[in-house]
Amino acid sequence: MPASLVDADSLLAVDVGTVTTRATFFDVVEGHYRFIACGQAPSTAAAPFKDISEGVRQAIVNLQTITGRKFLADDHRLIVPTQEGTGVDAFAATLSAGPAIKTAIVGLLSEVSVESTQRLARTTYARVVDTIGLNDPRKPDQQIDAILRLRPDLVLIAGGTDEGATRSVERLIETVGLACYLIPESKRPAVLFAGNASMSDKVKANLQHLVSSLYISPNLRPSLEVENLGPAQHTLAEVFTQIRRGQIAGIDEINAWAGNTLMPTAFAEGRIIRFLSQVYNSSKGILGVDLGASAAIVAAAFGSQLAMGVYPQLGLGEGLSSLLRYISVEDITKWLPLDLPAESVRDYLFQKSVYPFTLPAAVEDLAIEQAVARQALYVALNSAAKDFPRNVRRPVPGLMPFFEPILAGGSVITRAPTLGQSLLILLDGIQPIGITTLILDQNNLLPALGAAAARNSILPIQVLESGAFLGLATVVAPYVNARPGTVILQARLMHENGTETHLEVKQGTLEIIPLATGEAGRLYIQPLHHTDVGFGPGRSRSDGIPVSGTAMGVVIDARGRPLLIPSDPARRREAVKKWLWTVGG
Amino acid sequence: MLAPVTHILPLTTVRRERLLPVPGHLIARMEQKVAPLDVVADANFGQEHILFDVAQLLHVTPEVAKNMIQCKVGDTVAASQVIAQNKGLIPQVVKAPSPGKVILVGGGQVLLEIGETTIELHAGMPGVVTRLIAERGVEITFSGALVQGVWGNGRVDTGLILPLMEKPEDSLTSAMMDVSQRGSIILAGYCNDPAALQTAAELPARGLVLGSISPVLLPQAAQLPFPVMVIDGFVQNPLNSTAYKLLTTNAKREVTINAEAFDRYSGTRPELFISLPVTQEPPATREVETFAPNQSVRLVRAPHAGAVGTLLNLRPGQSVMPSGLRVPAAEVKLDSGEQVIVPLANLEVLG
Repeated sequence: MPASLVDADSLLAVDVGTVTTRATFFDVVEGHYRFIACGQAPSTAAAPFKDISEGVRQAIVNLQTITGRKFLADDHRLIVPTQEGTGVDAFAATLSAGPAIKTAIVGLLSEVSVESTQRLARTTYARVVDTIGLNDPRKPDQQIDAILRLRPDLVLIAGGTDEGATRSVERLIETVGLACYLIPESKRPAVLFAGNASMSDKVKANLQHLVSSLYISPNLRPSLEVENLGPAQHTLAEVFTQIRRGQIAGIDEINAWAGNTLMPTAFAEGRIIRFLSQVYNSSKGILGVDLGASAAIVAAAFGSQLAMGVYPQLGLGEGLSSLLRYISVEDITKWLPLDLPAESVRDYLFQKSVYPFTLPAAVEDLAIEQAVARQALYVALNSAAKDFPRNVRRPVPGLMPFFEPILAGGSVITRAPTLGQSLLILLDGIQPIGITTLILDQNNLLPALGAAAARNSILPIQVLESGAFLGLATVVAPYVNARPGTVILQARLMHENGTETHLEVKQGTLEIIPLATGEAGRLYIQPLHHTDVGFGPGRSRSDGIPVSGTAMGVVIDARGRPLLIPSDPARRREAVKKWLWTVGG
Repeated sequence: MLAPVTHILPLTTVRRERLLPVPGHLIARMEQKVAPLDVVADANFGQEHILFDVAQLLHVTPEVAKNMIQCKVGDTVAASQVIAQNKGLIPQVVKAPSPGKVILVGGGQVLLEIGETTIELHAGMPGVVTRLIAERGVEITFSGALVQGVWGNGRVDTGLILPLMEKPEDSLTSAMMDVSQRGSIILAGYCNDPAALQTAAELPARGLVLGSISPVLLPQAAQLPFPVMVIDGFVQNPLNSTAYKLLTTNAKREVTINAEAFDRYSGTRPELFISLPVTQEPPATREVETFAPNQSVRLVRAPHAGAVGTLLNLRPGQSVMPSGLRVPAAEVKLDSGEQVIVPLANLEVLG
């Protein structure tokens, strides 16, 4: 089939989240792919359904109502391919619903294979319950008992460089095999081996009959100096689907509709971020963040290199009751514009964990929810940043690298009552540096585009350029070591119509220069006191920086990096209120 | 729109599976009437293992070690019994440190299971066994009143329920409790007083049913030796009026609490059962509902968390909440008489 015909296929993409299932339809309009509409319904992965297909069908039925197009036949099956104006040519599916995958890590050296395996586990919805390695002081029988007690859904094994250690890896495999033998057959874990390639046959011979499913992928540490997570990450996405098939009904059916390409939502998001980084070939990284009920996801791509972090413990759903193991109450209350006691925050976290699908109707609830979102995003990003390549551009070590653009998803951000609130959550949680564009994925399109990218590389690009995403703000976030109140830069925005806006920016302030969507201009910045806006200390572009209009315009965030927050609670609340007022409330 | 459902019902029929975590054998029979603490199935389960690497211990190859091993799979061994022996001039022996069972022998190694215990599976509710699930457990059918909660400490017990509240908003304090409540299941509203839980433990009570609890007390509640069940959640609010009426009108009746942990995926949640005489089986619980007028609903988030009312109508389009969010919403008449607009996402059907 000619590529042009493949490219002209319509696509229905379904994303099954913990709370919401979304069905998104893309079609060709006037020769270009467009996002047409999105239907949504409550997810049905949990009881009483325990079957994702009901929620998927409901979401598609809602999409049918919106578009007037029929996708489901009378017997509730998907009509594929298109038949006389009904149905769809292609179907893709992504999944994040379900409890975090209980994962045991098995490797040799803690700073080599164990560390790489932990990094691999962080690329999916995994909760590491135990780590077994050469430095583990426990005896093999104690390790066996630990696996029996913890009953992992997944064991990730690595270790040994290619053509390297075999005997130590053999011992570890023997331990895993013995533990699996002792677990009732219906509850045995899946195993992914990504170690010494020469051990593959031995691993198969020893484990194949003792585990629920065995996957072998290329060594994630082929040599001590090289880490190659990509292939194992791809296999891990398959393992995730396989494990979920055993936990939740309906996955086989939806996977069959998708031609066996159903993938974890986070994997699809990572894929699209890397894809965009390669396509746009930016000198900066591209960052994607998604704050959902099941996890906080960070995907940062620098050319072809992707750093992924999936943090189920920072998700805003049922995991919230254990959030305080990772974040202190004070780190949440510091973002509150209201004087609320710590108990209110604690009560909120526990109540929301029991009812993850609920929404903040009261002002106080919304303030807490957004405060939690800021801190969860901040912690997720700073955890993920440890895995960013060391050679990426950043003003000083320890601070965020330069990104352009930053794409953000998750209802708490994209469905905030005002765009100013969305903006502040992102500025406070990410604390970007330099000049960047914040883009909101209000229709949760990124997973769909990631799932589609494998079979249709034109669709994601055309949809991204079609205005389906909301340009939220062009952000200028200077880095400088200056006292609050010091003038750190002069900014001049020259509009297309010739009008100019001048601004003197002081350290510690947040300023906005309106530039509406559809307008364009050039931004001239004169940094003072060695201020770095991404061109080096004290430098800028003499011909100005071309800027496109966005919902919030040009935002100059000179509040400091890291963000300077007053330590006195009353002054802090005043500052948060002032920032909120600056962005329109 | 699909609606989450919580059961607070004066008369219904429920069926629940009770399953062992590992294969075992069934004790209950079909049609057997069971009490909550009756054992319906059990399984033997070795808690720990000892791996003897005989080859390494006796400094021989695995092939040689094979001939020195003096036990086989399935053997029961006593403490100090010889597992393997080198028959040289100066014999070296490998002995079992404690009694156990040989699970595996091979490659010059022996795996011994020790510390075998019996797991007993309790019925967890009164009722009749209506299905046997081979090697795993049973299905039990119950008829009577049912109240579901949102948090439980994993324990099961039966006793007479004793309300320690005059109004749904009353909080539990240690001053409310005395020796006359020993052995009863205490019903109260909100609890944020660690001393109250301590006093309940010292009585001792046989169970505790709370409308809501401060999350700070959960670790303490989890350790209490009797079942603790929370009905509405973790925000200080009056006990919902439907549960309050049902439980106070059944004061001093025998109730069973199965304070299972709430798990959205498996569908388990803490439940309170009150057996009632029935001549014919009452209708089963409805697990799936869509929002519709005249339903009894509970509000689960601020500003009316825990309040119960009647859904009057589903509002068209989206409604603006005090927080500024625009969401699909419903008009609800609360039992207090107040009429409020609530996001559909913050409602659950009581039925």
